Amino acid sequence: MAEAAIELVGINKSFGTVHANRDINLVIERGSILGIVGENGAGKSTLMSILYGFYQADSGEIKVGGRPASIRTPNDAIALGIGMVHQHFMLVQNFTVIENIILGAENEALLKRSIANARSELERLEREYGLEVDPDAIIEELPVGLQQRVEILKALYRGADILILDEPTGVLTPAEADHLFRILGQLKEQGKTIVLITHKLREIMAITETVAVMRQGTIVATRKTSDTTVEELAELMVGRRVLLRVEKGAAKPAGVKLSVSNLTVRDSRGVTMVKDVSFDVRAGEIVGIAGVAGNGQSELLEAISGIRRAASGTVLLDGKPIDVTGHVDPGELRDRGLAHVPEDRHHVGLVLAFEESENSILGYHDKPQYLKGPFLDLDAIRADAREKIAKFDIRPPNDRLKTANFSGGNQQKIVLAREMEQDPGVLVVGQPTRGVDVGAIEFIHKQLIAMRDSGKAVLLVSVELDEIRSLSDRILVMFDGRIVGERTPDATEGELGLLMAGVEKQEAAE
Amino acid sequence: MSSPYTKLPAWADYGLIPLINLVVAFAVAGLVVLLVGENPLRAAIILVDGAFGSGNGLAYTLYYATNFIFTGLAVAVAFHCGLFNIGGEGQAYIAGLGVALVCLAFDHVLPWWLTFPLAILGAAAFGALWALIPAWLQAKRGSHIVITTIMFNFIAASVMVYMLVDVLKPLGSMAPQTRQFVEGGQLPKLGWMLAEFGLKVRPSAPLNLSFLLALLMAFVVWILIWRTRLGYEIRTMGFSPKAARYAGISEARIIIITMLISGALAGMMALNPIMGDQHNVSLDFVSGAGFVGIAVALMGRSHPAGIVPAAILFGMLYQGGAELAFEMPNISRDMIVIIQGLVILFAGALEHMFRPWVQAVFASFSPRSVGIGQPKKEAA
Repeated sequence: MAEAAIELVGINKSFGTVHANRDINLVIERGSILGIVGENGAGKSTLMSILYGFYQADSGEIKVGGRPASIRTPNDAIALGIGMVHQHFMLVQNFTVIENIILGAENEALLKRSIANARSELERLEREYGLEVDPDAIIEELPVGLQQRVEILKALYRGADILILDEPTGVLTPAEADHLFRILGQLKEQGKTIVLITHKLREIMAITETVAVMRQGTIVATRKTSDTTVEELAELMVGRRVLLRVEKGAAKPAGVKLSVSNLTVRDSRGVTMVKDVSFDVRAGEIVGIAGVAGNGQSELLEAISGIRRAASGTVLLDGKPIDVTGHVDPGELRDRGLAHVPEDRHHVGLVLAFEESENSILGYHDKPQYLKGPFLDLDAIRADAREKIAKFDIRPPNDRLKTANFSGGNQQKIVLAREMEQDPGVLVVGQPTRGVDVGAIEFIHKQLIAMRDSGKAVLLVSVELDEIRSLSDRILVMFDGRIVGERTPDATEGELGLLMAGVEKQEAAE
Repeated sequence: MSSPYTKLPAWADYGLIPLINLVVAFAVAGLVVLLVGENPLRAAIILVDGAFGSGNGLAYTLYYATNFIFTGLAVAVAFHCGLFNIGGEGQAYIAGLGVALVCLAFDHVLPWWLTFPLAILGAAAFGALWALIPAWLQAKRGSHIVITTIMFNFIAASVMVYMLVDVLKPLGSMAPQTRQFVEGGQLPKLGWMLAEFGLKVRPSAPLNLSFLLALLMAFVVWILIWRTRLGYEIRTMGFSPKAARYAGISEARIIIITMLISGALAGMMALNPIMGDQHNVSLDFVSGAGFVGIAVALMGRSHPAGIVPAAILFGMLYQGGAELAFEMPNISRDMIVIIQGLVILFAGALEHMFRPWVQAVFASFSPRSVGIGQPKKEAA
């Protein structure tokens, strides 16, 4: 057995009554890749935050390189050779690569010498690990894959021997993810230790040597990756058997419900994000839009659901036009039977400070059944909310609880319950399972299939390729604002991945 | 995973923390009193006794509180929409014109109980109108409401000087104010209510019917914000403009309506000094009540049930402070302003200074009382 790079002994951490980490014992071998999987709230991030000095453990011991270490701040962690690549990059968007790399590690008031030092060091790192990136490029002009590389370089520049990566592939195309894995492999060859936190089981299988599964604050199992299966890991994470692929019958598409033609949408900076997009969604089918985040899917959804004004194009709902380029009101679209589950449930789909029952009428608050004249009919609203809670198994079943206190999966169920229970003809759904745990994903997928089977038209946008493939009856791939291809759900991941990377249109962005 | 957080029980959030803030404010104020060579304890006794110790004192305290309830509610309603209405001062000042218009026209003709509803409408309409322009600029042009309402305070001050000096001043009068209203423009005093409790109140003590109007408005605001569809839309906008857009709520419409309500509430403040006490409109009759309203709304957490006591607290500072300045010659009016400033500083601006500390204490004593986020057991 190889030497331990990090050893965690009996780590405990509580927040109020929440026991986020309970008696964690974990050995991370030097020069290995360890995966940590678990549902949201299982305690993965807390554990890594303790290791990186964001939190202090209530009890327990951390040993780095065999010696007990006290890690009180991220600086302590860095000094011990621990580096972290965050899920949301910590980069200054309008700085160059090299400026970002020396940020916080400048040696003196004047930058000239620090930058010169950093440049030669960077060249060495690039040679050693194959991490090419132009040191003078501005961060916001780089694709996300390269931005992530800068994050890794930042950690290495600070002398990291142990790299923690938190959900590193959430924003990457399959090809970029593969490239990242190659880099991680190279780092491992050079003796670095890597900890990968993810909820994508396939990645764990592809790259790790050991995998630790967390559930409700404890490590429930540690397995050699070669000795386990995706199914076993999923079961360990949730504590029961999970259907990873939804079972569904063949679609019975009927007439066109939603018809989009030549739609062009600009974002708030005036950049054209959706370019001349046309497609139809029929009753009784799920049309999935695949693509890497940021290729115009969000703007497309917003334009169709009336939140963002389109620059040009037409959208027909049940054959009648929606005024997408003029004064379109989401409330009017709801009346016409178009429901929208937005991508960003925290800021758009819900008001987190509201009680659950208040959120269960958001957007439908002007329906007569919830009102008595100008007053809210609180009894009716709460009874209605309790009905939805029961039907969608929202937990805890408390319609007076503040929405922020529900877990991600249950928050999403609040949104879905609200939108689905109004019996819309068309359901537009963005990232239905982002930040949602495996158990709830299964439930949400079943609900979407049930919508389809009851003859509704469903437009699904997701960056999770698995989700698109298992739910959709037709898959449209979006790249750089255009629909670059339509495929059936039996298209291979590789084929879709190439489309998502825009390979048919231009050289891969590698 | 979402970052864990602690939540205090409601009584600590709404009772304990404001109390701590207040105690600290008074402790620091006590140091200032000590610096000028007076006994802080005696000063505190004079302050509280001056405000609550006699029928007259109480009548003055509640009279000042009336002003602050109106302006505090005005700020609170805007807060719920995510708007910071700094313009209560100017809106109340301009509303004085509305009151003057009604009183000057009808005080000889109508009894007070007919003039009063008209004057309420006049005050509300003028206050709302003064808020409308900044609201429109915010809603349609994106001009920041804080800047525009501050500017409108200055414009209001200039307009009122012009109106009082050049338009409303009776011929031959030396004072820049309207003529005295006769009985039809005078509100009944409420001293008798205090007298019912055995307190002695001079007939000239200014507490008047507007106080009851202020309490009524506090109730109306509560209904509006938490029980009506409009209030639901206002709160949605205040918490998340994106969610409001998603819900089909027109941002421009809600901003304008909210500011009209806010301006109307601020405007009603003018009734209290004008119809209730002075029976004329004079220069600078608002005298800072619009700004105190900001502190009152902050301290009262934008909830009417918090605003009314906070307004009474500030009424106490005004009235008790006047007594203090009278009793202790070393303590000038300016010292009172310092004390008021300290209360505003600790209760308003530094509202959350002691929160982490209180939370830590609570967490160590009884983790159960603060841990609200249950372990996120997903169950589908």
